[in-house]
Amino acid sequence: MSNLDIFLQQLANGLILGSFYALVALGYTMVYGIIKLLNFAHGDLYMVGSFVGFLILSAISGLLGDSWAAILCSMVLSMLAVGLLGVLIQRVAYQPMLSAPRLSILITALAVSMVLSNTVMALTNGEYKAFITDLGYDGVDIGNVFVTYTQIVLVVSAAFLMVVLYLFVHKTLYGKAMRAIAIDQDACRLMGINVNRVIALTFFIGSALATAAGVMAGVYYGSIHFAMGFVIGLKAFTAAVIGGIGSIPGAMLGGLVLGLLEAFGTQIPAIGTEWKDVFSFGILILLLIFKPTGLLGKTEIERM
Amino acid sequence: MVLAGVAMVIPLVASNYVLEVLTNAWFYTVLCLGLNIVVGYAGLLDLGYAAFFAVGAYTTGILTSQFGVNFWLTIPVAVACSMLAGIVIGGPTLRLRSDYLAIVTLGFGEIVRIVARNLKITGGASGLIGIERPHFFGMELSGIHHFYYVFLLLAILACFISYRLQNSRLGRAWQYVREDEDAAEAMGIGRVSVKLYAYVIGAVFGGVAGCFFAAKMTAISPETFTFTQSVLILLGVVLGGMGKIPGVIVGAFALVLFPEVFRDLGSMRMLVFAIVMLVIMLYRPEGIWPEKRS
Repeated sequence: MSNLDIFLQQLANGLILGSFYALVALGYTMVYGIIKLLNFAHGDLYMVGSFVGFLILSAISGLLGDSWAAILCSMVLSMLAVGLLGVLIQRVAYQPMLSAPRLSILITALAVSMVLSNTVMALTNGEYKAFITDLGYDGVDIGNVFVTYTQIVLVVSAAFLMVVLYLFVHKTLYGKAMRAIAIDQDACRLMGINVNRVIALTFFIGSALATAAGVMAGVYYGSIHFAMGFVIGLKAFTAAVIGGIGSIPGAMLGGLVLGLLEAFGTQIPAIGTEWKDVFSFGILILLLIFKPTGLLGKTEIERM
Repeated sequence: MVLAGVAMVIPLVASNYVLEVLTNAWFYTVLCLGLNIVVGYAGLLDLGYAAFFAVGAYTTGILTSQFGVNFWLTIPVAVACSMLAGIVIGGPTLRLRSDYLAIVTLGFGEIVRIVARNLKITGGASGLIGIERPHFFGMELSGIHHFYYVFLLLAILACFISYRLQNSRLGRAWQYVREDEDAAEAMGIGRVSVKLYAYVIGAVFGGVAGCFFAAKMTAISPETFTFTQSVLILLGVVLGGMGKIPGVIVGAFALVLFPEVFRDLGSMRMLVFAIVMLVIMLYRPEGIWPEKRS
């Protein structure tokens, strides 16, 4: 392979990885934007979403076969189910904590994360589950780079979801309410906006997007595990911060930047796969030193 | 005082299992008190505290197992290394907002762990073995009751230092910075240097605890210093009550004793622990034994 081919192959890998990160990072950033909570349970919702998708897929594959229709169907259903779970978590665990010290609600989020991952661990006995789909490895050559149809479909559907979200936030009344609440919650309440409902909606959308990424990752990697939410949670958090936490285009950009950084990082001889996380965290720290609010973040002053 | 007396005589009556658990509890007390200086006193969120603990443990581990240095001589080196680590992470980043600081400390913690896993001198993924047991006036510290006293002493020392710091000029400066950074600066408190002190002193607590941890275990591996470890220490601090010494001790004990008491539940015990933690936070958002603030 020539250098150009390696470059293009890593570009493709980076875009796929990046679109997973971006989808999960969106939920992080939306929740942060609206209630200033770093939702550490978000990565676990991705994991739960992946398992729910797996369950639904096994239930309906007899009906629809191992087709894209079955995968799509299970993805939509699990997005709904886990979206509602996200709303439930918000109601039970976060709603009562909104006036508590910021660190307490952070610890609550960590507790929720432990509850989710340990529940799934108990249910699956900590085993890997094979996410079997009959999609095979068909694909197309673009230049000298081989891309499977699965990869293409995943990137396209991730892009589709992001466009829908963008339109929702910028064109609908609820999207406008969301942006308004991010600026001043009390003023919104005075203006007659049902703040709690909008917050719940934010959790629903964030959880649903993480679920979509979870199901996609299951299809892409072929196996799922109860601990898989942790790493992606960290990565998505990093992506959200790179882009400027609270900013929706920032999360998309941050996800892609992080995915590309990791893909290209593995190609630098001194870095390789072992050091790639050091590389991406190092870049993150450098970026924050020189641009403390992330790539697209706004400067704001607030304290813990 | 009475409690300290009781803690002193426990090894005479308790079984080895109980001693092991209690030693662990004192050990986490030291770590939690160290993190409490950063989080509780100065109000800086640190998600990578295990890194300082790792620096101490690895300094002792490398020096004793590969260079044959006497254990006690490794402590000052470990203190210097942890201070350096505190400055490296604190220096350039303390101007960041709290949440960004959280991700930077988290990244720093991960970097330390990955470096430890990939370097030759740290023994790679399998870690270091054969760390020397310390000698104390000719007696080798090896039994669990020896280490019980070692960690009890460290915990008492940590309490004493924490208490003195809390009531010092620096302690009050931390409190001002925590409550209102801008007002503190307006009053002439150099907020960057004050925060840096918090990082460095917190790092030293972690580093020293790490030295003795390495000596007790005689083997360390990078998997001891994961993000989960940092989170656990933070849990101890917040669960007990940030900023209040007795609260933090209660938190550290809750952290260690809970999973032990519910050992019968097997794989469900972490789930139960998490649910209890959630309930505690919901009903006592300031922690079990919070600091009174006006």
